[in-house]
Amino acid sequence: MADDTHDDLKRTPLYDLHEKLGAKLVPFAGYEMPVQYPMGVMDEHKWTREHAGLFDVSHMGPCFLTLEEGIGGGDEAHAKIAALIETLVPSDIAGLKQGQARLTVLLNDEGGILDDLIITRPLGDEAQGSLYIVVNGAVKDQDWAIFEKALEGKAVLTRADDRILFALQGPEAVDVMSDFFPGCEELKFMHHMPFELNGTGCIVSRCGYTGEDGFEVLVSPAAGLPLIDEMLTDDRVEMIGLGARDSLRLEAGLCLYGHDMDGSRDPIEADLGWVIQRKRREAGNFPGAARILAGIQDGVAEKRVGIRPLERAPAREGTAIEIDGKVVGVVTSGGFGPSVDHPVAMGYVAAAHAAPGTKIDLMVRGKARPGEVVALPFVPHNYKR
Amino acid sequence: MSTKLTEQVTFYTEDHEWVTVHGELGTVGITKFAAEQLGDVVFVETPEVGKVFKKGDDMAVVESVKAASDVYAPVSGEVVDANAALADKPETVNEHPEADGWFCVIRLSHGEELSGLMDKDAYLEFCKGL
Repeated sequence: MADDTHDDLKRTPLYDLHEKLGAKLVPFAGYEMPVQYPMGVMDEHKWTREHAGLFDVSHMGPCFLTLEEGIGGGDEAHAKIAALIETLVPSDIAGLKQGQARLTVLLNDEGGILDDLIITRPLGDEAQGSLYIVVNGAVKDQDWAIFEKALEGKAVLTRADDRILFALQGPEAVDVMSDFFPGCEELKFMHHMPFELNGTGCIVSRCGYTGEDGFEVLVSPAAGLPLIDEMLTDDRVEMIGLGARDSLRLEAGLCLYGHDMDGSRDPIEADLGWVIQRKRREAGNFPGAARILAGIQDGVAEKRVGIRPLERAPAREGTAIEIDGKVVGVVTSGGFGPSVDHPVAMGYVAAAHAAPGTKIDLMVRGKARPGEVVALPFVPHNYKR
Repeated sequence: MSTKLTEQVTFYTEDHEWVTVHGELGTVGITKFAAEQLGDVVFVETPEVGKVFKKGDDMAVVESVKAASDVYAPVSGEVVDANAALADKPETVNEHPEADGWFCVIRLSHGEELSGLMDKDAYLEFCKGL
């Protein structure tokens, strides 16, 4: 085990906390990030499903887009900024209500997925004309360059990745959060509220990527560090690393960018057709619309599905999927699901074999292991609708 | 154990395997250090009885929640037994890595290879440097 030198890696404002807590730090998306704490991936995963897990996701790409003419123009200003971003994504951003957020995908000209991201419309007439967007850490520079090109002269991009972005996830997250942000318990899934904390503004969103109820908070380091220190004194809260974040999202059937979707896959193949609301389908005015609309109408050749290895051996990313000795697909995410207590996976298979219940062979280290196509998620979502 | 106790000596590799030699047989597993590094073990693929390995060959696979890691043969020889109990209880590797969490027993074909391995003190010293 060679000692890695992490010279070129960035650190989040929570780096010292991770070190103090004994985290195992690994390079991830250009940052030194905690993959696990002494509790370990298995128990961190279960803790989050039962209590409240706190995740540092400051490596991600929070940003704001704001009209050149400034904010405050009410619905008209929202329509303007929405029209700009809708040239890049297939979701109905114009139709968001104040305070509402949507998961969407950034598309290339062929309709392939360049990233998945959450776009939020601010609350209050005086704040209209701006959008709060969070993109993936590994591709934030790419995404922001695309935004700036599309917005040139009409809107400006302000990066906010010097702040703390953290998630508190799990059934007890709401009780913990409401102690610090009174009123946030009223938020519904995919809605947000602004708060003042020690004189600085922060954004509290009811969302996450674990399948559990929970929140994401964007906050300055000055206000966020003492906030997190205090949250961690609560017995219900534990810091959770990226290892458990991955197993939680996989059990929840959620895609990981660069694995379960990439520039070669369109949203229909990725089984993310629901991000394209009817209004946008009818207008057909997004990148790669011809391919994507054809996929909706005629079906796609390959589709993302859930995969259940029927024995104990996990089927990892890259595992070939065969039926009767013929390759019909590939695993794109695979591991062990601590809450379901068996291996779990996702992958792409030929559409003819995508029905739940289809028996498949998973070629693990050259040996065929039995598996089955299953409906996602592996654990029911626990969102506050 | 019904057989007469012979002297048992345990050797260690830089890849964190151990082999406890008793006569011409060696019981093989991964060390406590390796088990701690891996985290929660969820699956072990032990080698099939009858397989012959050269020292350093991929011999077994140990999987944690996050990743699969190869385990190398610490010595050359033929597999004469494998720990079937790990199929249902892979966590034994975390709980007792250098006892009940053994992977397999090898009949050593090149006993002289043992001189290239570390004893316990040397191994512990080696781990300190990591």
